[in-house]
Amino acid sequence: MRDIHSSSVTDAVKKLCMEANYELEPDMLRAFDRALQTERSAAGRQVLQILKDNAELARTKKIPYCQDTGFVVCFVELGQDVHVAGGLLGDAINEGVRQGYTEGYLRASIVRSPFDRVNTGDNTPAVIHVEVVPGAALKIQIMPKGGGCENRSKYKMLTPAEGVEGVKAWVIECIKTAGPDACPPLVAGVGIGGTFEKAALLSKKALFRELGSPNPDSTVDALEKELLDRANRLGIGPQGYGGDTTALGIHILTYPCHITSLPVAVTIECHAHRHKEVSL
Amino acid sequence: MITTAADGIKDITPPLTDADAESLKAGDRVRITGVLYTARDAAHGRLLPLIEAGKPLPIDVRGQIIYYTGPSPARPGEVVGSIGPTTASRMDKYTPTLYGLGLKGTIGKGSRSQPVKDALTSHKAVYLGAIGGAGAVLSRFVKKLEIVAYEDLGTEAIRRLEVEGFPAIVINDCHGGDLYQNGVKQFARD
Repeated sequence: MRDIHSSSVTDAVKKLCMEANYELEPDMLRAFDRALQTERSAAGRQVLQILKDNAELARTKKIPYCQDTGFVVCFVELGQDVHVAGGLLGDAINEGVRQGYTEGYLRASIVRSPFDRVNTGDNTPAVIHVEVVPGAALKIQIMPKGGGCENRSKYKMLTPAEGVEGVKAWVIECIKTAGPDACPPLVAGVGIGGTFEKAALLSKKALFRELGSPNPDSTVDALEKELLDRANRLGIGPQGYGGDTTALGIHILTYPCHITSLPVAVTIECHAHRHKEVSL
Repeated sequence: MITTAADGIKDITPPLTDADAESLKAGDRVRITGVLYTARDAAHGRLLPLIEAGKPLPIDVRGQIIYYTGPSPARPGEVVGSIGPTTASRMDKYTPTLYGLGLKGTIGKGSRSQPVKDALTSHKAVYLGAIGGAGAVLSRFVKKLEIVAYEDLGTEAIRRLEVEGFPAIVINDCHGGDLYQNGVKQFARD
């Protein structure tokens, strides 16, 4: 059994929260560059260039790339030979969020109740998903998830008869209805299979894969590429001003499902796709 | 006041008149210099009951522009943190009433409802888009910031901004023009 002190978890989460908000990941910057090569719309190219400038300014001035510094979604892979010492894992993560957001001049965007809507003041709590895995490592992935795009995420229970064509139509429908509201160019995470909640979880998890990297399953990879091409034929373009770059990537994760079911969840993510991870 | 600069961009300084609003067309690029007021979900939720009760508002909206944003905190020595637009449609429920009071513009991102578009026509006003998610870049155009109402709302308080050359684009004009619809028409390939 390996001991990892809870303060190490707090320190790691604090650093991830700050860095994720100041420094857009290299995979996103490369995606902007690729889009600049193919975008036909002058307004679209101008938006993409401003997003690159925005990333550079955020990085150098240590101000958030987007003022919506998000709801911290945290995926933890906890090696079953790890013992978190000195406190609870969830408390340690939330303390990291609290410190990162208050000391990093990041916006507090979380209200304590969906009804009275009083701001918690420090962006806690995070949404934490823990998976126990083999080994003695503790992997922490965080994604400060913007509200505008999250509000356009959707779920549909298809029938097995609707099949893969039904899945394609639904994903494209989600991107089309998200339209300019969710800050395109978008990234879509798609969870297919499992149950209601499993599909939703997969749709979030799928977003952590490096943008532009192939899906390890060649059939699913072909499906991702087809969907990306169709999304970029919609004409919505950067910020919805019209153009060819409506989505930068569509990432799919699948899971076995019941003989009656074909669940599909689509998490819509904006161009402020902030994702960071660390292994302790 | 609106003037067109040599680069074709329209320079705007509130307060705006009906004629100013009528001169703006969907797709026009604009630069705003002067005062903007920030307000989003929670502040709108407080303004509307005041209007319904016939009470005065904490800001005089006549001729003015409301920017839908909730900035991140300023670092020491900075005017503001990141300050990009939020999704405008969440304010759709309140917007026609505010245009009815003489508000001339709103700045946000994303599509508006038909009642908002109708209000633009009937009250001679515009809906402008700023680049969503470009909050760091947009912060550079804000020269002064003060909270004028609802400080308890934190990032959702009403702020008075003084901006210089703040960039935006006309999404919906008062003639029925819609940049989003035009864009899809021009670039859709199916």
